[in-house]
Amino acid sequence: MTPTLEPWEVFRQEREGEPMRHGGSVMAPDAELAAHYAREMFGRRQESVRLWVVRRSDVIDIDDADLLQPPLDRSFKKPGGYVMRDKLAAAREASGQPKPKARSG
Amino acid sequence: MTDPLALEPILAPPERSRPAFNEERPHDERFALFEAHVVAGGKVEPTDWMPDEYRNAVLRFVEMHANSELMGVLPEREWLMRAPTLRRKLALTAKVQDEVGHAQLLYRVAEDLGKTREAMYDDLLAGNTKFHNVFHYPTRGWADVGLIAWLVDAAAIVAQQALRDSSYAPYARTMRKICWEESVHIMHGRDVVVTMATGTATQQAAIQDALDRWWGPLMQMHGPRSPRDKDRDIHWRIKAKTSEELRQEFLTIYVPRIREIGLVIPDPELRWDAEAGVWDYAEPDWAELRTVVTNHGPMSQQRLEFRRISREETRWVREAVLGVPDAA
Repeated sequence: MTPTLEPWEVFRQEREGEPMRHGGSVMAPDAELAAHYAREMFGRRQESVRLWVVRRSDVIDIDDADLLQPPLDRSFKKPGGYVMRDKLAAAREASGQPKPKARSG
Repeated sequence: MTDPLALEPILAPPERSRPAFNEERPHDERFALFEAHVVAGGKVEPTDWMPDEYRNAVLRFVEMHANSELMGVLPEREWLMRAPTLRRKLALTAKVQDEVGHAQLLYRVAEDLGKTREAMYDDLLAGNTKFHNVFHYPTRGWADVGLIAWLVDAAAIVAQQALRDSSYAPYARTMRKICWEESVHIMHGRDVVVTMATGTATQQAAIQDALDRWWGPLMQMHGPRSPRDKDRDIHWRIKAKTSEELRQEFLTIYVPRIREIGLVIPDPELRWDAEAGVWDYAEPDWAELRTVVTNHGPMSQQRLEFRRISREETRWVREAVLGVPDAA
């Protein structure tokens, strides 16, 4: 069987503890050559401490808006969904206490 | 502000991650949605639907860029074995490797738009596609190597920085990586030029001579002025700036740096017009640019022939990789 070239996606980690980020892709007929090309393209300047090489056809691509961006109010899941300014002002007025100082640092 | 106690469970449809032109619709409607998306600064991924006009424009632009990176190493590789010190030789070797790597990255972007790498090599070698004017000239001496690495790369990076925000997202991402690597080349080139400019009288004369020969091609490099509203690459936001904007930017940054080291720019008309806020310069030789980029430059055929030979000589590698059975 004749192997065919196919795209492999390359992810790289810049420093220990950093997330793996997509770097780009290489064309290769198998995993071994894909790893070699990835090293040449994304690691020859010591700019990566780790590479992941994944066959593009093995990547599950999910970009379904109905699934990921449903038009539902999710503000209760975010800090910005809780606006207390006016209620706190009313509470301070009732308690007679000053507004706590913003903590420095 | 939303009061969480009065939650409205269904909101107006938010900004969808998948643009509407990806849905099945009549072509004209899709085209209009796509155009509006791109014109408003939206990004396009390879898996998105795109009109042929856009696909072809991006492909043409990226392919020309890839060709230039590939052909651009030939003037420099001629000096690998003649570099004056080991450190210069290492730096030049690394630069050549980087530029070939850029060609690989860019051909990869172009491949995903639907043209095979073999087809792109075929077109380059047959003269159907072009590469940048500056790579059609001879490198006469080590001074040329320094000047190319500094000023040709500088002129290129001015253009490339403006491409980091290209509407075609894979190209924009690749340009961020390329610009980072090019910045090293510029430092290497500038170091060579400054060393010669502060060296012996012979070195100083050599670097001035190199500037005298390269200034014309450098001024032609970004191309003739063209109206912004007629430029389809700007319309599709594949690129952001016109030729003249890039040339002005190059002059603003590099004229003072060239003069700082005592070199004389061979253009008596070059001056900053403070009132208009633009550089005046002698009209570049556009006939020369046309002649050169259509592969009639002093080194065009020799460089293409080198590529033809090296493609033949490396055929066995591609065949081994792809497992093509022996002809016998």
